[in-house]
Amino acid sequence: MNATDEDRPDDIEALLPWHAAGTLNRRDAQRVEDALAHDPELARRFELVREEFGETIHLNETLGAPSARAMEKLFAQIDAEPKRAAAGPGFTTRIVEFFAGLSPRTLAWSASAAALAILLQAGLIAGVMLKESGTAGYQTASAPSTAPGVGTFTLIRFAPQATSDDINKFLEANKLSIVAGPMGGGLYRVAVTGIPKGELASVVKKLQGDKVVNFVAATE
Amino acid sequence: MQTSSDEVLIARIARGDRLAMQVLFARHHVRVYRFVLRLVRNEATAEDLISEVFLDVWRQAAKFEGRSAATTWLLGIARFKALSALRRKSEEELDDETAGSIEDHSDDPEVTLAKKDKGSVLRECLTRLSAEHREIIDLVYYHEKSVEEVAGIVGIPEATVKTRMFYARKKLSELLKERGLDRGWP
Repeated sequence: MNATDEDRPDDIEALLPWHAAGTLNRRDAQRVEDALAHDPELARRFELVREEFGETIHLNETLGAPSARAMEKLFAQIDAEPKRAAAGPGFTTRIVEFFAGLSPRTLAWSASAAALAILLQAGLIAGVMLKESGTAGYQTASAPSTAPGVGTFTLIRFAPQATSDDINKFLEANKLSIVAGPMGGGLYRVAVTGIPKGELASVVKKLQGDKVVNFVAATE
Repeated sequence: MQTSSDEVLIARIARGDRLAMQVLFARHHVRVYRFVLRLVRNEATAEDLISEVFLDVWRQAAKFEGRSAATTWLLGIARFKALSALRRKSEEELDDETAGSIEDHSDDPEVTLAKKDKGSVLRECLTRLSAEHREIIDLVYYHEKSVEEVAGIVGIPEATVKTRMFYARKKLSELLKERGLDRGWP
């Protein structure tokens, strides 16, 4: 033990009761575990803590429960309270209830989908900004355009596991730019630059082989 | 079927939902009762107090902000009610310090230990601690409250929570020693 003064617990020893109850955060729990592994005296004292822990639970569990009188008295008092104005749940309450109503699995999927959407959106914004800065300055009327309705287009749905970085690299490598979306089914309208319309089919075939996408089709 | 979280129940209680109140009461009243009973040491008083605790929940539900767990909030209210009740009765009854200092001469330590197993001696000593020490030991061991939560319920800094728990355990060891059970600590 590092503590030489019995009247003052060292930091780790002070945490032993919470370690026994499992209420320490991961970092502190690891600190205690490490100390226990290297300090036999601390480990012996931890056994004393566990003993107290068990007997405290035993003691409390033998205290019994209140009689029905407590509940009857409570609800008699509640019934005697003035009626509250019927008000609908507030916005915060509705949010709390909405999320509380979701199962952990649904919540996890929703969070993943939301995270992906945010990443994609961030990638798109970054892409647009990079393109804008790259073409800043004077442009002739004959400069390539990615405006919808002019040029060669595909419909693309990205793979769920694709990151924004993957998508940016894919767009850049294939000279593609997103012009609209997401539409129904998570599809994006993507302009293909630098190729004649006749070569679109072969480009689509090539794009279909990339793991970043799970659907590619030519479109007008 | 999913059960509603305490936070959802409290939000419904704030809107006057009596059923939500019944669910919250059924879920927590036994633990709250035991916490209060360990402080006031009188079953009838403890029963009266839990009615008061949950009536406060009914009245104050709209003010619950969810910054702490609902059980932490409940225990905080319960503690306040218990201490107020103890203060009201302090002139009529022995206070805990006095009661704790009275020595039991019925048996010498060896006889006591021979009569009872180690666990029952430990439990007996747990009941002989001061209210302050009983409270912190129960909150940590039985109600499974973290350092931060105990600090919130008792209204003391986290460092004080740790040292108070240490001294409560130390006092427990001393009581055990008096009863013939030397644990080699402190």
